[in-house]
Amino acid sequence: MRGSRRPSEYRLLAYVLLVGFSLFCVFPLIWLLRSSLMTSREIFTLPPRLLPAVVQWNNYLDLFQVVPFARYFFNTLLIVVLNVVGAVASNSVIGYAFARINFRGRTIMYGLCMATIMLPQTVTMIPLFIEWKLLRGINTYAPLTALAFFGNGFYIFMLHQFFKTIPVEFDEAAFVDGVNHFQIVTRIIAPMSKPALAVVAIFSFLASWNDFMGPFLYLNDQRKYTLSLGLKYLISGYSVMGQWQFLMAASVLIVLPVALLFFLTQRYFIQGLTMGGLKG
Amino acid sequence: MRNPAPVRNLSGTRRVARSLVVAGVSRPRRERFLSRYNNFWGWLFLTPVVLGLSLWVAFPLGLSLFTSFASWDLITAPVFVGFKNYIDMFVTDPLFWQSVVVTLYYTVAGVSLQVVLAFLAAILLNTRVRGVKVFRTVFYLPSLVPVIVSSALWMWLYNPQFGLFNVLLTSLGLPPQKWVFGIQTVVPSLILMSIWGIGNIIIVFLAGLQDIPKELTEAVAIDGGSAFHRFRHIILPFMTPTILYNVVIGIIGGFQTFTQPYIMTNGGPANASLFYVLHLYRQAFMFAKMGYASAMAWFVFIVTGVVSIIIFKTSSWWVFYQGETKK
Repeated sequence: MRGSRRPSEYRLLAYVLLVGFSLFCVFPLIWLLRSSLMTSREIFTLPPRLLPAVVQWNNYLDLFQVVPFARYFFNTLLIVVLNVVGAVASNSVIGYAFARINFRGRTIMYGLCMATIMLPQTVTMIPLFIEWKLLRGINTYAPLTALAFFGNGFYIFMLHQFFKTIPVEFDEAAFVDGVNHFQIVTRIIAPMSKPALAVVAIFSFLASWNDFMGPFLYLNDQRKYTLSLGLKYLISGYSVMGQWQFLMAASVLIVLPVALLFFLTQRYFIQGLTMGGLKG
Repeated sequence: MRNPAPVRNLSGTRRVARSLVVAGVSRPRRERFLSRYNNFWGWLFLTPVVLGLSLWVAFPLGLSLFTSFASWDLITAPVFVGFKNYIDMFVTDPLFWQSVVVTLYYTVAGVSLQVVLAFLAAILLNTRVRGVKVFRTVFYLPSLVPVIVSSALWMWLYNPQFGLFNVLLTSLGLPPQKWVFGIQTVVPSLILMSIWGIGNIIIVFLAGLQDIPKELTEAVAIDGGSAFHRFRHIILPFMTPTILYNVVIGIIGGFQTFTQPYIMTNGGPANASLFYVLHLYRQAFMFAKMGYASAMAWFVFIVTGVVSIIIFKTSSWWVFYQGETKK
C-alpha cells in the first residue's frame, strides 16, 4: 500500500475531493462570522459582499444590550458544570463495578445499560415531562441536571472498556493492604484513567452546552434561560426584523467556547469518538 | 495443606481468599464470604443505575403506557379512553402518517448518504495524503456547532434572496432554489445540512480504517489483487462493525430530529417537514393531548425495539467481528 506507487491522477482527485469538502465545511462558518460583523443594511446588499466594508465589532457589544447574554452564559455554565461533575462521578464508579467487580447480576445489568443507548429520547420526553411536573421540577434546573448523576449507557461503556485495560495487579496490591473497592476507584483507578475521564467530561460538556430540547421544554422564566434558548428567542424575534447580525453574533459567541475547548483538547475528542466506534 | 499458588498469579479477590486459606477458614465459608463481599460492593456501586433505570426509564415508560390509554391535559384528572388514542393515530389523524413518512424519508435517505459519504471521505483521508490532521479537524468543525446555531445559520444560508446558496447558484448561471421553503426541496435541504455535520462519522470510520492490519492489505497487493479486491474483501468486511454502529446511531438520531424543522420551517411548507417529534411536541404542548402524545411515544418505542432486533439479528450475516477469526 505504498502511496508512491499509486498513479498521481488518483492522488490529485483525492486532493480535489478533500479540498472541496473542506470548503463545504468551512464556508458556512466563514459566512456566519462575516455576517456577524456587518451592519444590517450591508447583510442585505445584492450582490452580497464577502467581507464587511467596516468591521462592526459593536454588534457584539450591542448584543448584550439586546438580550441578557451574560446571564444566559452563567445559567448555561451552571448547568454544564453540574452535568460534568455528575457524569464523571457516577459513571466512573458504575464503570468500575462492571469492569472489575465480579458480582451476581452483572451481565444483565450491563445489558440493560447498553440497551438504554438505543432508547430514543422521543420515547421518554412526554412521560419525563409529566414526571417532573408531578415532582414540581418545571422551570427549575433539576430536570436538566439530575439525570447526569444516575449514569449514562454510553459513558459506562467507554469507561468499562478503558478500565478493563488497567492490569488487575493494581487492585490486588491495594486489596491486600486492606483497601475497599471505593478507595480503589478514587485512589488508584480514577487517577490512572484521567484520559478516559477527560473524554467523559468533554462529551457531557458538549451535550449539555448544546442541548436545546431540555431547556426548551422545562424552562419558561426568561431569567433562567440558557444560551441556546436565548438564541431561539432571538431567532423568532430578530430574523423577522431583519436584524440577522445579532443572531449571527450570538451564534458565534455560543460556538466559540466549544471551538476553544476542541482546539485545546483535540486528542480527547478523537479518542472519545473512536472509542464509540470500537463497539461490537 | 497444599502450597498456596504464587501470589502474582492470583486476582484480587482470590488473593483475599488466599489470606483466608492461610488463616485456616474452610473453603465453602471462604467462597461465601467473597461472593457476598463482591455482591455487596457491586450492587452498592450500581445504586445510581438501579435508581436511574427505575426513575428515568421504567417509570416513564409505564407512565406513558398508562397515559396512552387516557385523555389527559395535565390540568384535570386523566380519563380512561381505551384504544381511542391509538385509533386516532392510525386511522383518524392524516398528519400522523405524514410525520412518519417525512421522518422515514429523512432518516433513510439521510443516513445512507451520510454513511456512504463519510466512508468515502475516510478512505480518501486514509490514502496517505498530506495534511490528514488538518482535513480531519476541518471536517469535524461543523459537528461542534450546536443544532440551534446550525439551524439559525442554515436558515440564513438558505434564504431565497440573500442566502449564500442562491447567490452561488445565480453567479454560476443556475436557477435559484426554494430550499427549505419548497415542498419538494425541504427534506433534501435538511439532509444536505446534515451532511455538513458528518465529521464525527468520518473520524470514526478513519479510526476503523487505521485499525485494519497492514499485512492483509499488503498480502492482497502482493497477490496481484486490484484496489477493488482490496476494498471488497479486506476493507469492507473489516469495517462492517463500524458501519453497523454508525447506521444504528444515525437511525436513532434521525428518529429524534426536532430542532431543525422546528426552528427553520415549523413543519412547513404544507407539512412537508412535519417530523414525528415535531408532531408529537405539538400534540402534547400546543393541544395538551398528553394521551395522544404518549401513544405516539410508545409507537416509536416499539418501532425502535423492532428495528434494533432486526438489525442485530440480521447483522450476523453481514457484520464481521475480528474475534470470529480465532474460532
